[in-house]
Amino acid sequence: MSAGIEILSCGPLVTVQDDGRPGWLSRGLARGGAADARARAEARALLGGDPGAGIESPGSPLRLRLQIEATLAFTGAEMRVEAEGRAVPWHGAVSFPAGTVLTLRPTARGSYAYIHVAGGIQTEPVLGARAAHLIANLGRPLAAGDVLPVAASRHAARRLKETPDRFEGGVLRVVDTPQTRLFPQEERARFAETAFTRDPRGNRQGVRLTCDGPGFQTEGGLSLLSDFVLPGDLQMTGDGTPYILGPECQTTGGYPRIASVIPADLPRALQAPPGAELRFRFIPVEEARTLADPLPKTEPLVRAPGDDPDLLIRQLIGGVVSARGEME
Amino acid sequence: MTDSFPRIEPLGTAALLVRFAGRLDDAANRACTAFRAALEARGLAGVVETASSLGSVLVRFDGDATALRDALERMLGEADWAAQPAPPHKVWDIPCSYGGTDGPQLEETAEMAGLTPAQAVEALSETRVRVLALGFAPGMPYLGILPEEWDLPRQTGLTPKVPEGALVLAVRQFVLFGTEAPTGWRQVGRTLFGCLDVARPTPIALTPGDEVRFVSVSPEVLREGAAADPHRHGGARWEEVA
Repeated sequence: MSAGIEILSCGPLVTVQDDGRPGWLSRGLARGGAADARARAEARALLGGDPGAGIESPGSPLRLRLQIEATLAFTGAEMRVEAEGRAVPWHGAVSFPAGTVLTLRPTARGSYAYIHVAGGIQTEPVLGARAAHLIANLGRPLAAGDVLPVAASRHAARRLKETPDRFEGGVLRVVDTPQTRLFPQEERARFAETAFTRDPRGNRQGVRLTCDGPGFQTEGGLSLLSDFVLPGDLQMTGDGTPYILGPECQTTGGYPRIASVIPADLPRALQAPPGAELRFRFIPVEEARTLADPLPKTEPLVRAPGDDPDLLIRQLIGGVVSARGEME
Repeated sequence: MTDSFPRIEPLGTAALLVRFAGRLDDAANRACTAFRAALEARGLAGVVETASSLGSVLVRFDGDATALRDALERMLGEADWAAQPAPPHKVWDIPCSYGGTDGPQLEETAEMAGLTPAQAVEALSETRVRVLALGFAPGMPYLGILPEEWDLPRQTGLTPKVPEGALVLAVRQFVLFGTEAPTGWRQVGRTLFGCLDVARPTPIALTPGDEVRFVSVSPEVLREGAAADPHRHGGARWEEVA
C-alpha cells in the first residue's frame, strides 16, 4: 500500500468527499459530494489549486498520522487540532513533517469539518469520483487502520483572511419550488415568519427542523406524482415536519417542497449545528441567479523572515499565532 | 394554479423542469422519454444535464435561463411529444421467481386483483412494462403502467425488509428493488438482477424508456441463471431496439 494519511482512530461517518458525481440524475443517483461546498472553495484557495478529495467529519473526532510530509487545509466546522501536543489553527493550511500525529476534536461550531491535503487523496475513483455516497452504497466510512494515499507536499502556511460565520444558523434565502403554490398563502407567510430549530436528527440525506406550532400542509393534502428534488429543498413530510435535503437526498420524491435554499446559502443551512436557529426569506429566482459566491481570500500565516521551516509549528506552542497578517 | 401541460418551471436556481403531467400517465411518460432524447441529441447551449422522471424532464443549465426557456418552449411546440416513436432503448427479459418465499405476497396481491395466483403469474410475466423512471436507490426502476386491475393501494403498514432484487407491486407499477429496504408495496416475486454494480461495464443497467418482461422461472432456474451471469444481471437477456 502506498504511503499517505493513516487513520489511527475516528468516530462515526467520517468519509472521503469531493465534488461528487454530477450527471447521473437520469439513473437515480444524486450528485452527493461534500455537504459544505464553500469549505472546498476555501481549501482550494488555501492550497492554491484543486483540493481533490478530502476528509469530511460530521463532528466526529479523529486521530491521523502523516506517513509523509504534507500540507493540510482545515476548513468548515471548527475542530480543535493538536499536532504532537501543539495547537494548530483552524481555517488555515499548515505543513507538517512526516510522522506527525494529529488529534482533532469537534467543537459546537458547525456540523461538517474538512481536512484537505495538497494534491488530494488518491483513493480509487468509483463512477468518476472518490466521494463516499453511503445511501447509494458507494464507498464506506473511514475506520482505524485505513491509509489514504497522498503525495508528499510542502506549501507555505496560509489562513483565511476572514473567519467564516456560517456555523451558527441564521437567515437562509430561498426560492419557490414547483410545489410552493400548493401551500395556501397563510401557510407560506407563517413559514417565512417562523423561527426553526435544527434538530439533532440529521445526516447527509437531510436535516430535520422543529418549530412551535403545527406542521405546514398543502391544500387538501394532495397526493403528488414523484418528481425531481434537489439538495436545499425544504420538504414537508406527511405530518408537515420540514427537512432540508442534503447532498445524498434521493433524486425524486413525492412530498411537497415549500421552498428551496439557494446554493450560496446551502453551506450555512447544512452547517447549522443542533439547536441553531434557522429562518427563511423568499427571494425571486432571478435575483438568486445573480448572487455570486465571492472567492475566499487568504493571507500568509505569519512567521518572521529567516525562520526555519519548522518554526511555524514551534510558534504554535501554547497556541500563539500572530493575529497580524500584513507581513508577507 | 394552472393545470395546463406541458409547462416549464424553475427548479432551484440552475435547472428548469418541463412537466408533461401532474399524475401518472403513460402518454406523458412517453413524452418525457422522447423529449429528453431529443434534448440530448440537440445539445442546446448551456445545458449541462438532462433527466426524465415519471412526468417531467429536468434540464440543468449553466448560463442564461431566459434563452434556455425560450429554446425549450420552441422545442415543445415542434411536435406532439407523446406521439413520437420511442427513442433507441433495450428490451429486457429478466427471470423472476414468483410466489412462495420469493414472492410472499403473491396470493394476497392476486386476490386483490380478482385472479388466482396462477393467473396472476401468467398475466404479470407476459406483460411488457416500460421503465418509467429510476430513483429511490441508484438504478432502481419504477415500471409500468400495468392494467387497471393492478391499481392496488400500498399496504397501510410497511414490510420491514425486502431483499435486493425483490419485485414489488402497487398503483399499477412494479418496483425492482436495488437495495434491501422496507416498503409499503407487496412483494410478488424475486429476481437476482443487480440494478447497480460498479464492477460492470455499464454500472447502471436500466434507462428510462427500456422495456422489461419479468419472465416466470422456478426458484432453481433463477439461481442457476444468476450464478452463471458474470455481470450480475440475474440471467437477464436483452436486445437493442433502434
